[in-house]
Amino acid sequence: MAAHRREGVAGYVFLSPWLLGLLGITAIPMVGSLVLSFTNYDLLSDWSELKWVGIHNYTRMFTDDPHYWHAVKVTLVFALVAVPLKLSASLAVALLLNKERRGTGLFRGLFYLPSLLGGSVALALVWRAMWAKEGAVNGFLALFGIEGQNWINEPDWALHTLVVLAIWQFGAPMVIFLAGLKQIPKELYEAAAVDGAANWRAFWHITLPGLSPVIFFNLVLETVHGFQGFTSAYVISGGTGGPIDSTLMYTLYLYKAGFGDYQMGYASAMAWVFLVAIAVITAVLFSTGKFWVHYGDQS
Amino acid sequence: MKYLRLVALIGILAIVLYPLLWMLSTSFKPDEEIVGGIGLLPKDPQPSNYIDGWNSLDVSFTRFFINSAVIAGVSVVFNCVSCLLTAYAFARLRFRARGLWFTLMIGTLLLPGHVLIVPHYILFKTFGWIDTPLPLVVPKLLATEAFFIFLMVQFMRGIPRDLDDAASIDGAGPYQIFWRIIVPLSKPALVTTAIFTFIWTWNDFFSQLVYLSGLDNITVPVALRNFLDSTGQSSLGPMFAMSVLSLLPVFAFFVAFQRMLVQGINTSGLKG
Repeated sequence: MAAHRREGVAGYVFLSPWLLGLLGITAIPMVGSLVLSFTNYDLLSDWSELKWVGIHNYTRMFTDDPHYWHAVKVTLVFALVAVPLKLSASLAVALLLNKERRGTGLFRGLFYLPSLLGGSVALALVWRAMWAKEGAVNGFLALFGIEGQNWINEPDWALHTLVVLAIWQFGAPMVIFLAGLKQIPKELYEAAAVDGAANWRAFWHITLPGLSPVIFFNLVLETVHGFQGFTSAYVISGGTGGPIDSTLMYTLYLYKAGFGDYQMGYASAMAWVFLVAIAVITAVLFSTGKFWVHYGDQS
Repeated sequence: MKYLRLVALIGILAIVLYPLLWMLSTSFKPDEEIVGGIGLLPKDPQPSNYIDGWNSLDVSFTRFFINSAVIAGVSVVFNCVSCLLTAYAFARLRFRARGLWFTLMIGTLLLPGHVLIVPHYILFKTFGWIDTPLPLVVPKLLATEAFFIFLMVQFMRGIPRDLDDAASIDGAGPYQIFWRIIVPLSKPALVTTAIFTFIWTWNDFFSQLVYLSGLDNITVPVALRNFLDSTGQSSLGPMFAMSVLSLLPVFAFFVAFQRMLVQGINTSGLKG
């Protein structure tokens, strides 16, 4: 009994830094941000000038701020285009690499490299230069006699350069897919081969269901990740979200509102809507998961 | 069929590596060769972009690299220690409300960092911590990165409990078991945590941009941001040179620990 109590105390001793963080870095700031979202706090004026503005920040966001809706649209388009393409690319490459042959490890490692480097400012700068008027992309197009445009200055194209940058980082989900593919029992494929099933049928009936938990995991991770894209949008647009708001990702607009215009109350309201939106989207993904994710022990 | 697969893989490899090789080669090209250039071999490689870039701001990049290294290094130590303590509690000890805390910890996994940036900024401003490394490293001491706690919990669950039992028969308490058994055996998870913490902190831009502004205090990514303001072709070469240098530490980690990084994703992502 004494040992039991001792362990109970030790548990809280070991947990204390995390509990302090949960309270001071997560819980209290969350409540603080909710309170701020109903005020006009602007960082520069004195606290005594703080005014309670009710739901003004929220009504402004939803009814009176075209930039806001633009940011929502840009973020949704980015996630809806980039995530499926990135996941398809990573799955396709994982299937190519699935059989252990000489050189597989080398390919896997090198394909993973962009996932480590791609989120950096340095790479975003390179990307910006690559898609500029005088950049390498247009250099290649010129080989075919095509005169390319300044992709990052075209409102219709700027966001898609970011999508390509996201797809280029297909390595991280690919590694997870590869691990998932290894878990599918070989006997299933052997049985299918005996039955004379074609390759694509085996893919459809064995690989995809067997891989569905991993697809689900990657989908949730990449979606949540996709909504938060900041660095590449910031760098490609020079911190503006332009041209004409076309790369104004939600987090970039939040940053501009809070730290560019010092509208901290408004930025807090945006942050809370963002948090709720991410929670809802994650919940929706989890509830659809029931219909298409197969866990091995159930079938 | 076999060759088709190899051709496809090599084609993908070319797409994956081209931007990196282009960056590297452009960093050695003189201005006039950069414009519209797609070649990967500079005609006459020059190191001048590196010299120009290193001193392109009023403070040299030496300072920015030192700042980045200090922040990343301290973050690694703080994060490893705090996550190790937390993970041990969750993985091995029985205490009241453990299930509730664990659920909350998992809940913070998907919490976007951007959501709390405003209250954090105000909090650290009242501490007088703005434009110092403190807002970037102190939270790491409080195990705020649930991802790594989760990774370590998963790993520690794999350490045989017989070892704990044997030690406790010998009279060892939770603290001795932690120090003598769990810490030494968790080395692989610790190394994975250290590497990822280093790379993510090194690459991090958002919070460094928010908290650091003084030219003596900024890190490499924030310094690179300044190349956005200077327009014109003449700054392209130095920009590429500094970009290459800023990625080198991450690349070095990749070369040294490639296998471990790939395994790290797997253990964190799939078990459990």
